[in-house]
Amino acid sequence: MLTVRFFSLIREALNCEELQVEHHASLLTLDDLKDNLVESGGEQWREALYQPNVVHALNQRVVNTDHELKDGDEVAFFPPMTGG
Amino acid sequence: MSVLVQEAPFSVDQQQSLLLASTGGAGLVTFTGYLRDFSAQGAIEALELEHYPGMTERVLEELGAAAVNRFALRGWRIVHRYGRIEQQDPIVWVGVFADHRHEAFAGCQFIMDTLKTKAPFWKKEFMRDGRVIWVQAKLEDTEREHAWQEGVYE
Repeated sequence: MLTVRFFSLIREALNCEELQVEHHASLLTLDDLKDNLVESGGEQWREALYQPNVVHALNQRVVNTDHELKDGDEVAFFPPMTGG
Repeated sequence: MSVLVQEAPFSVDQQQSLLLASTGGAGLVTFTGYLRDFSAQGAIEALELEHYPGMTERVLEELGAAAVNRFALRGWRIVHRYGRIEQQDPIVWVGVFADHRHEAFAGCQFIMDTLKTKAPFWKKEFMRDGRVIWVQAKLEDTEREHAWQEGVYE
């Protein structure tokens, strides 16, 4: 199982804070997971997850979308950070 | 622990005392960030800060450790709030202790400039006129962080 988390305006756009997604062989990379989420979620999800500035985290570290996934991973999508 | 991420307001004096009690040094530099009352969008009533529990603390711990290695700091402490922030409330406090002023100034600025774009916080502004606006990341903040990576300030 993969835990997928959304923060800030992506969370608001999707009206979703967290999802559990079955990890199967076709979900090789983070790109695959995005495609899978858009396929089941539709246009609203495409707009939110494919904004040009979306930041991707895997197990709480920022990564590129070609990063490989394994069962038990935590993935997060969020906009650029605005701390301080 | 040199990182404190909490919802409740904090006392700057108390945080500085905790840092002083934990380490020695000759130069102490601190930065306190308060909620601004005005942005390009207009007058601000309050702020809500969202964060990524777990990742936030780890990023800040790693940032402090990186600052120690780079600027030979003797001690450091980072405090950051989340949740609703009212006017006059401190949002963030960074304190660093070093043997010399240059390292202390640079270490504190490095932590603040990096924290702005690397620590998973997101600000939502509640404007006086009723609008609610997610704060956009600023290009100048990203450029400052990149400049530290490239060693421009040293």
